Amino acid sequence: MAVLQFREALRAAMVEEMERDENIFLIGEEVAEYNGAYKVSEGMLDRFGAGRVIDTPISESGFAGLGVGAAMAGLRPVVEFMTFNFSFVAFDQLVNNAAKIRYMSGGQYAVPIVFRGPNGAAGQLAATHNTAVESLYSYFPGLKVVAPSNPDDAKGLLKSAIRDDDPVIFLESESMYGLKGEVSDAADYLIPLGKARIAREGADVTLVAHQKSYWRALEAADRLAEDGYEAEVIDPRTIRPLDIDAIAASVRKTNRLVVVDESNPFASFSSEVACQVQERLFDWLDAPVLRVTAKDTPAPYAKNLIEYYMPRAEDIVAAAKKALYAR
Amino acid sequence: MAGETRKQARQPVAEGKAQGNGISAVSQNGHADATAEDGASEAFVEYPAGAYTHEELGLSGDDARAMYRNMLLQRRFEERAAQMYGKQKIGGFLHLYIGQEAVSTGSAYAMEIGKDSAITAYRDHGLGLALGMTSNECMAELFGKVGGSSRGKGGSMHYFKKELNFYGGHGIVGGHIAVGAGIAFAHKYKGDGGVCLTYFGDGAVGQGSFHEAMNLAALYETPCVFVIENNEYAMGTATHRAFAQPDFYRYADSYGMPSALASGMDIFSVYKAMSDHIAMARNNRPSILEVRTYRYRGHSMSDPANYRTREELDARKEQDPIVRLKGYLLERELASNEDLDAVDAEIKQEVMDSVTFSEESPAPAISEIYEQVYAQTDYPFLTD
Repeated sequence: MAVLQFREALRAAMVEEMERDENIFLIGEEVAEYNGAYKVSEGMLDRFGAGRVIDTPISESGFAGLGVGAAMAGLRPVVEFMTFNFSFVAFDQLVNNAAKIRYMSGGQYAVPIVFRGPNGAAGQLAATHNTAVESLYSYFPGLKVVAPSNPDDAKGLLKSAIRDDDPVIFLESESMYGLKGEVSDAADYLIPLGKARIAREGADVTLVAHQKSYWRALEAADRLAEDGYEAEVIDPRTIRPLDIDAIAASVRKTNRLVVVDESNPFASFSSEVACQVQERLFDWLDAPVLRVTAKDTPAPYAKNLIEYYMPRAEDIVAAAKKALYAR
Repeated sequence: MAGETRKQARQPVAEGKAQGNGISAVSQNGHADATAEDGASEAFVEYPAGAYTHEELGLSGDDARAMYRNMLLQRRFEERAAQMYGKQKIGGFLHLYIGQEAVSTGSAYAMEIGKDSAITAYRDHGLGLALGMTSNECMAELFGKVGGSSRGKGGSMHYFKKELNFYGGHGIVGGHIAVGAGIAFAHKYKGDGGVCLTYFGDGAVGQGSFHEAMNLAALYETPCVFVIENNEYAMGTATHRAFAQPDFYRYADSYGMPSALASGMDIFSVYKAMSDHIAMARNNRPSILEVRTYRYRGHSMSDPANYRTREELDARKEQDPIVRLKGYLLERELASNEDLDAVDAEIKQEVMDSVTFSEESPAPAISEIYEQVYAQTDYPFLTD
């Protein structure tokens, strides 16, 4: 085990995969000569050359589409968005072309591509730079959506995403790139997509949380423990396909569920989990499924407002206690 | 009046000196300016109708006859498809290519099918058939049957054929242009010598994705030919009503690319232009080829085309590319009327057989709805 930053774990995954398969290339804004807007790709231009680590103009629709075409033609592109907020000008490429070409071609063409970059809020950036996109992209059949919370998962999941024959939306976070953690140095470290991780065991209430929200949920679990409640924390890691079986197994044990998600609440990941759990486990539930999400507004700029906007540990504690009918 | 001046300025340049086909014959060899030795010139080149003979282009009589058959197949296929649409055998939208067949056939003969690639928009039956898709798989796709090229999942707008490097069939205007640049990028990355022909209509030029793709293709020097099939109308909007600059080949200047204008009413013009542009692409020189063509039918089956006059349509039908080639074959005694009638009869039979094939081909099993969404075979779909 080595201790790596989140960005170093992502880089290690890309470097290992690019050394294994020359059909993999990295393309995006500032990935090459600038060494990455967030230094994820630092040193990769020197290592692989300009033919495989490719700077683009500010042209998301263009280079996302170029990636789709290259993938259809047998390459395996890794397309970096400087942030997923910028993916919206490439929306057609992701949701029509990447997601649907396999289906529309009757299985003739695969689109093995990874779109990766930071997702969600990163402080006082106001409304256009603070969108969490997992709910949005996981809406579309044909896409897979991955959202790791720690360096070890980041490495194992990114390697799997690159090897996957389906298009994968791989979500990172500006505020987590410096996060350090132990990362497996197993020769071929692959974590399968679609498998949740039980991060903390507990019998009283289940907390489902990913990415930044996962860390808030762990904090909340500590506080709940001080009050005598043992929360089980599940990190789904992959949003689509969702490991609903892992969540369901936990709810059968705790009979209570709180979903934490920095998406806006309407028609979102949290509403999807709540819906699926009540469909499957209505008789197992001792309380309504509760949600802690970003507020149902655009993200604000003011410091006090954006702090209130995001899911906080105290909100999670309050929701868990409500589900527990505790005070 | 200032308004009139402005409107005048928006008329396509070539129209002012049009000789029936909307393209002026500027010089004997059809070139507005001399080309550089590698065939790549910054100056724009014209390929007018009537400027080339098949011998000059290195084509045999067999080639010319095969081109005729290839175009006529598209025409007869779509006439029958329109009839089947009327009989409600075909659902959804049906966008006919009738009138534009010289563009698909001319390029199919200029490219190396199997080595090179092609991608187009939703008016895709003609190109699919020109490249070698069968009438059976094309008609059955329209019928929504498993015998269709996409097993009935794509329909009229989404023909694909991997063995032919035919990358679709795309329904969102302009959405596939960057994909074409990416296919060309892959040819260069793999060093396989292939090029990608990326077709789209005049309407797509208004999309931002067109301009992004041009810039990337030029920047990365991808082996791509961007073929603008200018049929003068984006649905019901004439080009001069939609574009401040309706001479589309001129956009190439912005991206430092060569460009040319070809007549889509003469297959030899298209063939010659495509051959030259493919040669440039093989040297990693992307380019724009604007082909002035015309669709006889409405935008789709529901469009009565009230935005144009009967006279305009009739005038364009007089330059029909199939009639033109037929006249050429007869005049040069490359074929007799009887020969060509026999070809027509054979094609009509092939198309009727494809209708029978499509009628008999089964509808997809309901379980197929979950197939080919993902490569992953055990994907956990939400099911009821």
